[in-house]
Amino acid sequence: MSEKGGRLLEIRGLWIEGQADEDWVPIVKGVDLTLDRGEVLGLIGESGAGKSTIGLAAMGYARDGCRISGGEILFDGIDLRAASEATRRSLRGRRIAYVAQSAAASFNPAHRLIAQYAEGPVRHGVMSAAEAESDAVDLYARMRLPDPESIGFRYPHQVSGGQLQRAMTAMAMACRPDLIIFDEPTTALDVTTQIEVLSAIRDIVDRFDTAAIYITHDLAVVAQMADRIKVLLRGEEVEEADTRTMLATPSEDYTRSLWAVRSFARAEQPPARDATAVLSVEGVTAGYDRLDVLRDVSFDIHARRTVAVVGESGSGKSTTARVITGLLPPRMGEVRFEGTPLPPGYRGRSRDQLRQIQMIYQMADTALNPKLRIRDLIGRPAQMYLGLRGKRLEERVRDLLSLIELEPDAHIDRLPSELSGGQKQRIGIARALAAEPRFIICDEVTSALDQLVAEGILRLLDKLQGEFDLAYMFITHDLATVRAIADEVVVMKEGRVVEQGPKADMFQPPHHPYTELLLSSVPEMDPDWLTDLLERREAGGAGAGAAGT
Amino acid sequence: MGFLTGVVILAVVVAVALAAGWLFRAMMVAILPAGAGRTLRTAPPAAGFGMLVILLYILVALFAPLIAPFGEREIVGPEFLPWGDTHLLGTDNLGRDMLSRLVYAARNTIGIAFVTTALAFLIGSVLGILAALTGGWLDQLLARAVDVLMAIPALIFALLLLTIVGTSIVNMILVIALIDSTRVFRLARAVSMNIVVMDYMEAARLRGEGTWHLIVREILPNAMAPLVAEFGLRFCFVFLTISALSFLGLGIQPPTADWGAMVRDTATLISFGDVTPLLPAGAIALLTVSVNFVVDWQLHRASGLKE
Repeated sequence: MSEKGGRLLEIRGLWIEGQADEDWVPIVKGVDLTLDRGEVLGLIGESGAGKSTIGLAAMGYARDGCRISGGEILFDGIDLRAASEATRRSLRGRRIAYVAQSAAASFNPAHRLIAQYAEGPVRHGVMSAAEAESDAVDLYARMRLPDPESIGFRYPHQVSGGQLQRAMTAMAMACRPDLIIFDEPTTALDVTTQIEVLSAIRDIVDRFDTAAIYITHDLAVVAQMADRIKVLLRGEEVEEADTRTMLATPSEDYTRSLWAVRSFARAEQPPARDATAVLSVEGVTAGYDRLDVLRDVSFDIHARRTVAVVGESGSGKSTTARVITGLLPPRMGEVRFEGTPLPPGYRGRSRDQLRQIQMIYQMADTALNPKLRIRDLIGRPAQMYLGLRGKRLEERVRDLLSLIELEPDAHIDRLPSELSGGQKQRIGIARALAAEPRFIICDEVTSALDQLVAEGILRLLDKLQGEFDLAYMFITHDLATVRAIADEVVVMKEGRVVEQGPKADMFQPPHHPYTELLLSSVPEMDPDWLTDLLERREAGGAGAGAAGT
Repeated sequence: MGFLTGVVILAVVVAVALAAGWLFRAMMVAILPAGAGRTLRTAPPAAGFGMLVILLYILVALFAPLIAPFGEREIVGPEFLPWGDTHLLGTDNLGRDMLSRLVYAARNTIGIAFVTTALAFLIGSVLGILAALTGGWLDQLLARAVDVLMAIPALIFALLLLTIVGTSIVNMILVIALIDSTRVFRLARAVSMNIVVMDYMEAARLRGEGTWHLIVREILPNAMAPLVAEFGLRFCFVFLTISALSFLGLGIQPPTADWGAMVRDTATLISFGDVTPLLPAGAIALLTVSVNFVVDWQLHRASGLKE
């Protein structure tokens, strides 16, 4: 960071309330926050900590169903709460800008990127449309977007997620604001894409000496971006310190527990090479229409072992799961269960074959029928496959709820909407267990969850594996999860397996260049990590981070 | 002067209606068990009024013989008697008591409309959900067949079909149910298409669930809100169609009382400045408006819950 100016933003005793049924309940409880010009503040905490709400309040804005009920918000001496709506509107986009988590959902799909870029500067009278467009090309280049001259003339759906996120950051920069609020800008991206977006954001914030509030739940990311970190819990401040102090010596227990999450590691299971694999995928080629998404994919999964399938989005991880479950019959090759070939389509499989292979989904929200009660959600597989009825079914459901560490009496008659994200995911696990399977596919089961909750889920899955001799296939793009839970790793790229083997081998060089790229892209808690990595890649040429470290 | 009086009367009517709705809602909240009571408390006064009116119509339809002073088909006096003590609303073109016929018509018109709508929904929603669930050629076949049926204006198509199969109450119910089921089919199919792509549907399919379970347990509960709202609207349309057909002479046949036919029978009185022919029309309008109040509230609730 270059020189720091004076005080830019000062929030004192901020209270924000949200509407729940007919009552107003506090979401943010008396938070203070200060930010100097050119400074980057990281806000971290689990979901529900009030991070985004505070971020929006810094623009003098409260979402529908929320209201700012107390405190002062001073932006460069202007009291945003007392100011008129017209004054606030003249500041937003002009002097305070906002970058949302999902660029795909925030761009208007009906307009070209550059037209949306120009909207802010033209509306605020900063530039003419022509000036704004040439400025856009300049900023697109600075954000290292490919083909900056013409990319602006594409529609949002014609560029990738990482590019869209950078285009959105460029757009936020259009009026050269004093303050940008980044609300989880890289959470939805792959690790390899995340690096590009992070370094582009850091560059541009540095270049224009913009102050920023960086909201995230990923500590390693915030370590790269922020000068200071503020930790929030349920709408209250836990502690605040500059980044290095905070990472080295957090003073509160809660902060330490956040830091410790990544330390979960399960004991590796002894290999069982001699026995027949529970599930083997053999030479599978599959795809949609004429396009092959998977090419000659083979791997085995043994009892009590966890195989992690990693790769970025579009690498064919989820398609592999669809082939195994029979949703997508392969063009070539087959899937064997305990040595017996499975019919290619799920309709051709017997009830027992269906029972043996269960799946846990990424989004528990869409994986659980919102209109069914927990009793029916978990009870249905037990009723179907095991023929349990009445009292015995009820007992089974209660046992399963205890297994996933939810109090049966309190939860059995609830609807999914009455549970938290982590609890919903536990119900998804219980539903899979109810079928008493041998093999479970976990499709990104922790990626929608906060780190503490995710860790709880991983521990639970580990415990259940030991108890019921389960084999897991763990689809993920998060290498921290792989490190924590996998016995074997299968690395996929563009529908092929580029490398596979025991976890210990995977995390030791030499690697396949693609594995190396994935591994080196996982953010670390060291605040110098991003800078060092970029230097190394620069030296190694073309940013591919070729083999050898 | 006349205008001002009109405005004041209108305001008083609206205020009384809202107050009645509010009172009715408060009463129902007190009577019903906690769960239903909590839902009702979110109802605006207009919806309360709507529910009150619907309840009154149902009571009138159920207890028609007790309420009506004379028989449905009984000729009790000379034609076109003015309003008076014995015949509160006068008599019609054949000398039958107007009030009694209004009361009996509630039974016929509402009953037939309800059966027709229910049938239209049974056919339309089951086929619509099935089409979305199965996809492929079945979906194409059903959807295109429905397109063809929808391409013909509904009333003219109904007239045509009734001319072919002959006018009877059963035929009329079947014809209108068929025509209206196409609209329900479109809605049910569109709603279900968003549901069948959800992960819980995939989970249910992989579990090996049969088609019937998928329709009834997985899709229907999630498609209920828009379907219920559509039921209310569809009921009004069916109701109006029946009345229109009766007015044209192809609907409910005399001497059975029916609001649409009653407007036609007494239509000549309009030229003499008598409002009697407007009473059955008003009965239709009031029910339609009331049903829509309730439907609006349900729609609002459904969209609010989705958030």
